[in-house]
Amino acid sequence: MLELHAVTAGYGAFTALWDVSLRVGQGEAVAVVGPNGAGKTTLLRAISGLIAPRAGRIAFEGAELAGRPAYEIVAHGIAHVPEGRRLFPQLTVAENLKMGAFLPSARAHFRESLERVYALFPVLAERPTQRAGSLSGGEQQMLAVGRALMSRPKLILFDEPSMGLAPVMVLRLFDLISRVREVGFTILIVEQNVRQVLKLVDRAYLLEVGRIKIEGRAADLAEQDFVRQAYVGL
Amino acid sequence: MVDPIFLLEAVVNGILLGGVLALLALGLNLIFGVIDIVWIAYVDLVTLCMYGVYFLVSLYGWPLWLAGLAGIGIGALLGVLVHLLIITPILSSPPINQLLATGGLLFFIQSVATLLWSTDHRSVRVSLPTLEVGGIFISFTRLLAFGLAILAMVALYLFLTRTYTGTAIRAVSQDREAIALMGARPQRLYLVTSAVGGAMAGVAGALLIIQYAVHPYFGGAFGPLTFMICVLGGLGNMVGAFAAAFIMAQVISVGGVLVSTEMGYVIAFVIFIVLMFVRPGGIFARRA
Amino acid sequence: MSGARLLGLAGVVALALVPLLPLGPAQEYIWHVIIQIFLWSFVGSAWSLMGRFGLVSLGHGAFLGVGAYATVLLWNFYGMTPWAGAGLAILITVAFALVVAYPCSRFQVVGHYFGLVTLAVGEVIRLLIVAERDWTGGSLGVTLTTGGTASDWWTLQFADKRVFYYVGLAAWLFGLWVWWRVDRSMARSAMEAIGEDETAAASVGIRVARFKMAITALSAALTALGGVLLALYLAYANPDTLAGIGVSLRIVFAVVLGGMYALLGPFVGTALTIALSEYLRIYFGIKLIGIAETIYGLLLIVFIIFLPAGIYGSIAQAARRRLARPSGRLPLRA
Repeated sequence: MLELHAVTAGYGAFTALWDVSLRVGQGEAVAVVGPNGAGKTTLLRAISGLIAPRAGRIAFEGAELAGRPAYEIVAHGIAHVPEGRRLFPQLTVAENLKMGAFLPSARAHFRESLERVYALFPVLAERPTQRAGSLSGGEQQMLAVGRALMSRPKLILFDEPSMGLAPVMVLRLFDLISRVREVGFTILIVEQNVRQVLKLVDRAYLLEVGRIKIEGRAADLAEQDFVRQAYVGL
Repeated sequence: MVDPIFLLEAVVNGILLGGVLALLALGLNLIFGVIDIVWIAYVDLVTLCMYGVYFLVSLYGWPLWLAGLAGIGIGALLGVLVHLLIITPILSSPPINQLLATGGLLFFIQSVATLLWSTDHRSVRVSLPTLEVGGIFISFTRLLAFGLAILAMVALYLFLTRTYTGTAIRAVSQDREAIALMGARPQRLYLVTSAVGGAMAGVAGALLIIQYAVHPYFGGAFGPLTFMICVLGGLGNMVGAFAAAFIMAQVISVGGVLVSTEMGYVIAFVIFIVLMFVRPGGIFARRA
Repeated sequence: MSGARLLGLAGVVALALVPLLPLGPAQEYIWHVIIQIFLWSFVGSAWSLMGRFGLVSLGHGAFLGVGAYATVLLWNFYGMTPWAGAGLAILITVAFALVVAYPCSRFQVVGHYFGLVTLAVGEVIRLLIVAERDWTGGSLGVTLTTGGTASDWWTLQFADKRVFYYVGLAAWLFGLWVWWRVDRSMARSAMEAIGEDETAAASVGIRVARFKMAITALSAALTALGGVLLALYLAYANPDTLAGIGVSLRIVFAVVLGGMYALLGPFVGTALTIALSEYLRIYFGIKLIGIAETIYGLLLIVFIIFLPAGIYGSIAQAARRRLARPSGRLPLRA
């Protein structure tokens, strides 16, 4: 479904990704793990169009997406739940979700999408008029995911969703993400919490200093060495 | 001591003036709050709209209400032009360049107006009655302008809160990248914001031309006042600007009756400086 | 002595000798124009002391006005000779500047915010001048009362314009010297750090508020002096020509046109704008009032968009780049 081929990307004079290739198949859940500064966030930003890659190809369901602007890429069916959630703090829960369905194609099915999101995250249904900035960390993450779902995507990119959450919330979060996956979405998740995320996904990549070092099935990788490598980068 | 009747009249007139000042301040704040650039030439755009309405009425004999609507259209068009021609190239320039670009526009508008239409004062004569309520005299024209100003602000509020585009405009001022991830184009939202801000200037122009005479340096009178109101209310803070507009209008109106018209303005400005000393972020400082 | 210094000295000597040249029947007019250029360049340099560090004031007309009016009124009403009156006027202006600068410096009022505040302050002064028309003459302005004689050392009036040529030249050179000293001082590095990141600057021990207020006071003092000299030269002060947003913007425009970060930038810009305005006045006469400002406004916009370093600044940058090519490294902005 999603194919990256030899993607190189960075900011200004600094290159964060070198020659990265990976793929995500339809219905799969794939993780990209690695230590801080490995370039994981850059990877997702390149896919969703917030930055343009310097080299390489990004293909999604046959369409070439590299270098296209973000608002075009989301129309192709890729939703990005950004690092730090990036909710609109002064807008209400309902307004945030409304913005998620900005695309004309999403607006047409607004009611349907909204009901599905409220079903998945009943907490949001309880407080639609609350300012997003005043929600708790866990609620904010749910809203961010819900907002991404409103655009009726095919592939969802998660950037460090567990960041800043209490351990109990993290468990609940991954549970929710797996439910999202069960409903039929394809998932690409970038995480530092390696142990937890490996329980959730089918395959994983290890990204280190901008390059893919290891790739494999989650079950195979869930052993000591890989986890240590992902955390410490040795 | 001043006759309390005159004082009451001044208070009422202050409220009526506050309505139009609030309109000006909201338009300016909308653009600043979203695009983060202050249009120093904003009130000069209002001046151009005033000229527009004036000429439509006196040269082409349009009915006032139609000319007013056209004025709004002119304002929106000017907003779009300013954004495309001047703002877009300097979006990532340092603030000084942005200030100077719109400052240059101010210069340009004032001098082109002098060139084309000379410094003559022109007004649209409106023969509306003066009401008398409990001993105080209220100009119906001012009352009408106040009512329409309130209407325009309500319309703006509804636009920003009930429509998709309006909510998206509020969203883009909070997080430009995130809204792009929802499929909205920030540049297009900026354009709409500029058009709306310009339309507000058009409304203000239509409402002002029936109360004041227009001349090329009209912006010199109302401009600094508008900026002061925006700064007092906290730059970017719509509610703050609304409140500050009425406060300043009261000071000007009451001060004008107690001392003299000019001193009314001076007192207002001095209060501004004092308030800057006390609460530099504005009375209702914008939250981060 | 370095090549640049020698050139500079030669230039100053040449300028000092100009009044000895016979310039024909139009010489009174030429002196007038040159004096204006000197004095307004001086004001421009004063402004750029703040402008180059990100403190973009759109209300310097206030300092001009206070300086000018204080001096004239002190003479007209109290008989204080401008020699002393000017000093007092400058002190008053600096005090006023500090009052406004204090909240701005302490509370991070920068960028747009600062521009708007200064704009408002500029207008306050202009309005105050107009409002107090009983003793300021209001919008009609105020004339320096002279005893009727053409030359009077007491009030710095001289029949021969060339005396003021030297006054203007001295002021202009003084302004350049101050600019040069600030450029080479610790204050410059501190202000640049503040301009880039106030919080970071404060965290390394730079007394942000103190520096900002010091620079503001210096700029205000010099501007006030410029206002004093202009009022004395013209023997007349008017709220629209020496205060308010119009003159404030004109100062800024001239400096930006010439180049805000260069020593001679304000001079180049001022010379060009004054020359342009005089040319247009001669060419169009009173037929097209406002044509000069129209062109200014248009040029300002165009320059900001395409040539933000100004004419002189861009040339200087290009020259520096050419000099840097051999080693491949670009020198820090000198």
